[in-house]
Amino acid sequence: MPEMTPAQLAQLEARIAEVWEVGSRLGLRPFPTHFEIVPATVMYEIGSYGMPGRFSHWTHGKAYQVQKTLYDYGLSKIYELVINTNPCHAFLLDTNTVLQNTLVAAHVMAHSDFFANNAYFARTSRRMLDTVSLNAVRIERYEFEHGEAEVERLLDAVLSIQEHVDLYATEDEGQPPEVPPARQPGPYDDLWRHDRLAPPDVAKPAQRRSRRRPAEPVRDLLAFIRDHSPILDDWERDVVSIVRTEMQYFIPQIQTKVLNEGWASYWHARIMRELDLSTDEHVEFARLHAAILQPSPRRLNPYYLGYQILLDIERRYGEQHLFEVREVENDVSLIRNYLTRELVDELDLYLYERQGDELVIVDKDWQAVRERLSGELGGNQTPVILVEDGDYEGNLELYLRHSWDGRKLDLDWAEKTMEHIYRLWGRRVWLETKADDQSRLLLSYHPREGHKQHR
Amino acid sequence: MFSISLTRDDWSLHRKGVIDQARHMQKVKEAIKQNLADIVSEQSIITSDGKKLVRVPIRTLEEYRFRFDPNSYPQVGQGEGGSKVGDVIGRVGPGQGPGQGKQAGDQPGIDYYEAELTVDELGQLIFEDLELPNLEEKRLRELESEAVRFTDIRKHGPFANLDKKRTIRENIKRNAKRGNPRFGGIKNDDLRFKTWDRDVTRESNAVVIAMMDVSGSMGTFEKYISRAFYYWMVRFLRTRYDHVEIRFIAHHTEAKEVTEEEFFTRGESGGTRASSAYQLALQMIEERFDPASWNIYPFHFSDGDNWPSDNDLCRRLAEQLIERCNQFGYGEIRQGRYAYQSTLMHTLERIHSPKLVTVTISDKADVYPALRRFFGPEAREVARA
Repeated sequence: MPEMTPAQLAQLEARIAEVWEVGSRLGLRPFPTHFEIVPATVMYEIGSYGMPGRFSHWTHGKAYQVQKTLYDYGLSKIYELVINTNPCHAFLLDTNTVLQNTLVAAHVMAHSDFFANNAYFARTSRRMLDTVSLNAVRIERYEFEHGEAEVERLLDAVLSIQEHVDLYATEDEGQPPEVPPARQPGPYDDLWRHDRLAPPDVAKPAQRRSRRRPAEPVRDLLAFIRDHSPILDDWERDVVSIVRTEMQYFIPQIQTKVLNEGWASYWHARIMRELDLSTDEHVEFARLHAAILQPSPRRLNPYYLGYQILLDIERRYGEQHLFEVREVENDVSLIRNYLTRELVDELDLYLYERQGDELVIVDKDWQAVRERLSGELGGNQTPVILVEDGDYEGNLELYLRHSWDGRKLDLDWAEKTMEHIYRLWGRRVWLETKADDQSRLLLSYHPREGHKQHR
Repeated sequence: MFSISLTRDDWSLHRKGVIDQARHMQKVKEAIKQNLADIVSEQSIITSDGKKLVRVPIRTLEEYRFRFDPNSYPQVGQGEGGSKVGDVIGRVGPGQGPGQGKQAGDQPGIDYYEAELTVDELGQLIFEDLELPNLEEKRLRELESEAVRFTDIRKHGPFANLDKKRTIRENIKRNAKRGNPRFGGIKNDDLRFKTWDRDVTRESNAVVIAMMDVSGSMGTFEKYISRAFYYWMVRFLRTRYDHVEIRFIAHHTEAKEVTEEEFFTRGESGGTRASSAYQLALQMIEERFDPASWNIYPFHFSDGDNWPSDNDLCRRLAEQLIERCNQFGYGEIRQGRYAYQSTLMHTLERIHSPKLVTVTISDKADVYPALRRFFGPEAREVARA
C-alpha cells in the first residue's frame, strides 16, 4: 500500500481536529495528544517493546520478529499504538487510509481520556518516555563496562520475575518491627546450662530477626531482591530497579485492558457516527469496526468483551454512568460488577479445555465463566509469589511461597524460574506450593545439588 | 496550549528492533548448535531431499516465569451463539507451532518454542568448522589446466588482436551518422581489439572412497547409522569442495562399486569379508587415483562382525591403504549386544598410525561426534601430530 500523500495528510489533520471537537463535546477529557505517522517496521518495533526507546534485549527482538512475520504474511495488523504520557503520544500507520486513521484517532482519544481519568493510573509516571530512554542509556553503559553477555544474563534473570511487582507497597513495608534491645548477658548465665534451658530472651527468634526477614510476607519480589540480595553489585541492583520501574508503569495497563479497549471502541463508534462521512467511507468504517470487534473461539477478544459490557451498561444506566465506570473500575471489578447472566448468554461465553487433541466446551454456567474470567484478567493470570524469608535457616537462603488460589503451578517452568532467581540471590532458593493432591510441596534449587522436591 | 498535533518524521535510520532481532536469531543458532547431535541423526532429515524444513525445539530460548499449568484448568472462549457443552471448538495437533499463537503457551498444547530451518541451513551450521584433514598440495601445477578465452572488446590493444568485423561496423556506423553509410576512411576511434582472460581450472585432486558393510549382520540400526553418517559426509564434501570425487563401495563377502543411489538405498545379505572392500579400494587407487597426485580418504563403516579368518588379510590391506592415503577412517556400530571388542576393530587397532582414525557408535547421538572426529578441528590436530 502506498504511504499517505501530503494532501491526504492535510485531510487527516482536519479530520482529527473534527474528532477532537466531537469527542470534547460528548464529554471526553484527554491529555493533549501528539500523533506521529510511522512506517510499519517502526510500528511493530514500538509494539513489541511496549514503548519507543526501551533497552535492548533479545526477548524484544523475538517479539518484534513475531509481530513483523504476522504482518508480512498479512495475518495481523496493529492499527493504533498509544503511549500513556502527558502529553500523550500516538502512532498511526502511514499505509492506512485517511478513514482508517480517523477511526484510530477517535479510538486514541478515548484511550487518552482513560489514561487521564481512570483511578488506577493516578500514581503512574507520565514522563515514562524520558525515563525509559535514560534507562536504556544506563543499561548500554553497563554493557560497555561489564560486557554484553553479562548484562544479558542478568536481564534474562530479572525479566523472568518482572511481573512480581507490588504497586501498592509502601517504602517501609517488609522492614522488621521495632524489637526491644537484647538483654545484656549477666555473670550467672552459665547456670542456665544445668537446666538445659536457653537463657531468657537472648536467643529468641524475634531478636535474631534479620532485616532480610519481612514481618509480613511481601509480594514485591523485585524490590526485595533489589534491597536484600546478598550478592548483587550496585549496578546489578540498578538493573533490577530499572525493570521494576518500567513494570510498575505497565501494570495498570494490564489491569484495565478490557475496560480500556471497550471504552475506546465505544467512543470510536460513537464519534465516527457524528462525523460527516461519504457512503463509501461509511461502508469502510462498518467493515473495520466489525473486524476489530470480531469474537474469537479460543481467546477472548478484549475489544469485543469490553465493548459489549459497556454497551449493556449504557442501555441499563445511561451514558453518564459510563463515565463513572471508566473512572473507578478495572477489569476484574468490571467483570464482577457488570457481567450478568444475560450478557454471558448473549455473548455466548463458555469454558473449554483440552481433551486429548480436541478443545471441548465443558461449562456454560454464567457464574463459572465469570469466576474464570476474573482469574484470567487484570494480571490475575500471574501466580502470586510471596517472599516469606530472606534469611531462611539463618543461612541467607530465599524462601518463597506460592499463595494458593486453587490453580496449580507449572512446576517445570517454576524450576527454570528458580534458576533465574538463584542468579539474583546467590543462595539456595525455596518455593512452597501444592502438588496435584493439594498436599504441601516444597521445591529447592542450588546449582550444586540441582532441583529437589521435599514433601 | 496545543491539544493535538500531527507530524511525519523520517524513521529510516531506526534500527533497534532489527538489531535485537539479529541477537535473537544468533541465540537461536547457538541453541540449535547445542542440539546438533540429536538433530543430525533425525530420520526425517536423512530421508529428505534437502529442501525440507526442519523444526527444532529450542528450550533455552523459552521465557520462563512463574505461571499456572496451562492444561490444568479450563479457559474462556466465545462462540457465535448457540454453543453447547460438549462442542468441539478446535484441535491441537503435534504439528502446531508458535506460528498460530502469538506467544507459545497462550493456547493449550503449545508449550515450547521452535525454530524452522532448511536442511541446507542446518548443514551450514554442522559443517562450519569441518574440513578434509591433512590435505596436501599434490603436484598442483600439473593439474592446472589453462585455456585462453577472448572475453571483452576494447579500443586499444595490439594489432594482432584487431577485431576486423567490429572495426568495420564501427566505421560504417560513424559514416552513417553523417548521412554516408559506407566503409572507408578508418580513424583511430573505429578500431576495436579483442582482449582475453586466462582461464585456469584446477583439477580435483581429492577422492573419498566410502565403504559400507551391507552384510546380513548389519541390522536396521547399523545400516541407518552408516547411511546417516555418509549422508552428512556427502553433503559436507559437496558443500565445501567443488571437485572432490566420491566413490562408493558396498561389500559383504564380495565388494563392488555402486552408484550413490544404490549405496544409500540397497540392502544385501550374507557374511562379511571386509578385505574384499579394501582390495577393491586398492585396485581403484592403483588404476585411477595415483597417490602422487591425489589426496585419498577411505572410510569404512561396519558392525565389525568380520570372518575371523579374514582379519589378517584385512590388516595387511588396511596397512597398504594407509600408506597411500591421507586419512583412513573406520567407524564401528555396536549396540549393547556387541559390547565386546569386535574382531575388526581389534584387528585394525593393532596398526599404529596417526592416519588411522576409528570411532565406535552405539547411539544415534554419536553420529555428529563421529563427523567431528573425522573432519573437525581435533582431527586436524591429530593429523598434524
